[in-house]
Amino acid sequence: MNARILPYVLILPVTIFLCLFFLYPFILVAQLAFTTGAGFTLDNFREVVSHWKFPISMRNTLLLAGIVVPVQLALALLMATMVTKMDKGRDMVLYVWTIPLGISDLAAGLIWLAIFEQSGFLNTMMGALGLVERPVNLLTFQNPVLVFVAIALAEIWRATAIMLVILVAGIGLIPKEYYEAAEVFGASPWKRFVRITLPLLRPSLQTALVLRVILAFEVFAVVQALGGTLFPVLMGETYAYQFDLLNSGAAAAMALIILVISIAATLVILRVLRVPKGATI
Amino acid sequence: MTDATATAAPATDTRRAGRFLYLAGVVVLCAWVIVPIYFLLVNTLSSPDTVNSFPKPFIPDFDLGSLAFFAKFAGMLTALKNSVIVAGMTMILSILIGAPAGYALSRFDFAGKELFRLLILLTRAFPLPLLALPLAVFFIRTGLDDTTFGLALVHTTLALPFAVLITFSLFSGIPIELEEAAWTLGCTRVTAFTKVVLPLILPGITASAIFAFVISWNEVFAAAVLTIENRTLTAFLLQNLDTSPLHLKFAGGFILVVPALIFIFAVRKYLFAMWGIANR
Repeated sequence: MNARILPYVLILPVTIFLCLFFLYPFILVAQLAFTTGAGFTLDNFREVVSHWKFPISMRNTLLLAGIVVPVQLALALLMATMVTKMDKGRDMVLYVWTIPLGISDLAAGLIWLAIFEQSGFLNTMMGALGLVERPVNLLTFQNPVLVFVAIALAEIWRATAIMLVILVAGIGLIPKEYYEAAEVFGASPWKRFVRITLPLLRPSLQTALVLRVILAFEVFAVVQALGGTLFPVLMGETYAYQFDLLNSGAAAAMALIILVISIAATLVILRVLRVPKGATI
Repeated sequence: MTDATATAAPATDTRRAGRFLYLAGVVVLCAWVIVPIYFLLVNTLSSPDTVNSFPKPFIPDFDLGSLAFFAKFAGMLTALKNSVIVAGMTMILSILIGAPAGYALSRFDFAGKELFRLLILLTRAFPLPLLALPLAVFFIRTGLDDTTFGLALVHTTLALPFAVLITFSLFSGIPIELEEAAWTLGCTRVTAFTKVVLPLILPGITASAIFAFVISWNEVFAAAVLTIENRTLTAFLLQNLDTSPLHLKFAGGFILVVPALIFIFAVRKYLFAMWGIANR
């Protein structure tokens, strides 16, 4: 086949598929959100925003993302630098650290439920240490902070691995010569990290943060498994509109709101961590 | 090194302390990942009574009661089967559709290449499971509602960007000279691909197929939105969270985790190669 047509033939399936199942649903979701059967309207948005649970679920989602993502970033950076110094056992340690990558958010929620539930391992440990007489129910509406901590821990546990993988791959791309030169000039390990690793890691940091922040706004199954209705989040409310209230217009409006927050966050991250023009590794 | 200027004895001391701190950190972080999974394992391999009792043993009593309960629970095995079918279809679809595009990106310069890459990257910047909401309506119209195939299509949308970028990086790792040599020796473009490139690329393709499988296997939201009768395991567990007993939840969670553990082990070599190029 002609070499000028061939690439287009090869990318055609993906393009068609993404138009059909990525771009087209966007039009559909907007249509659903802005109509109620009688033409253009903002009623769906008014309905979801004025619901008493909306500010709470919005605050919870943002708070969770605001705490979980920075902790994950710090942890992933720490793990990535630890791994690069390793020679013996590097593959084994990396495998263990990336295990959560393959674990679904639902399974992660259930894993941490085994620790936090009333007859769970945390209660058992506290009982053995004599801190509690009887097992206490930790995940109730009387302990909102504890519910939050459990969800945050499960999220940090589950999703740090994806950042770790991206950052380790990124650090691998930084030429060793920079570090050697810095060592010659007597830069301390911390200085090398701040002056070489961090700036040159910018593209990887961008990818990692965009991916993680979007996933953080999508948090759903972990919350369902650990907090249920105790900790309303945006995605959970969307699901409730679709299923419990059978109001797909409102669900679409919620979906658009999550979408807008995600895009805004993505743009901010891309702007803050932009790579200066013409700069390459 | 800065240590060289310090006197010998304190330098070795601080170095030893640093070394100890470093090893302790590695061990703690490994434990942080493994111990919660171990707790789930203990619960899964204990009888339902033990799972609901207090205090908890830290060693499983190797009773298959919870797993037997899981297998007998109405609809659970069908859900497990559905999960495998959907994930299998996602795996095949995303490689069949994605790999040619990955090849095109690595081998050709064509007008619109950047636009195409942007479209692929864009899909990663959106909460894709949300798209299941409008598709639920669309699927009812086309008769794809509540089918494993319909769900597999949505999961393929999730896996496709990764499939394209991963195969792109894999094909880029094979010098074009190899193909050109095959052409001069009488191969056509197709035979050069099947005889030279394909054997080299096959393990990597398998790894990215496995990655697609895991993405589908783990997906909760779209699965719960798009299936009602034909629930996948994740959707089934999610739907029954309020009503199911603890031992059922933990056994279900464990069944979800096991393939993930095996698959991540299988693709561990490719994990970093995949992401290295995807950043650019």
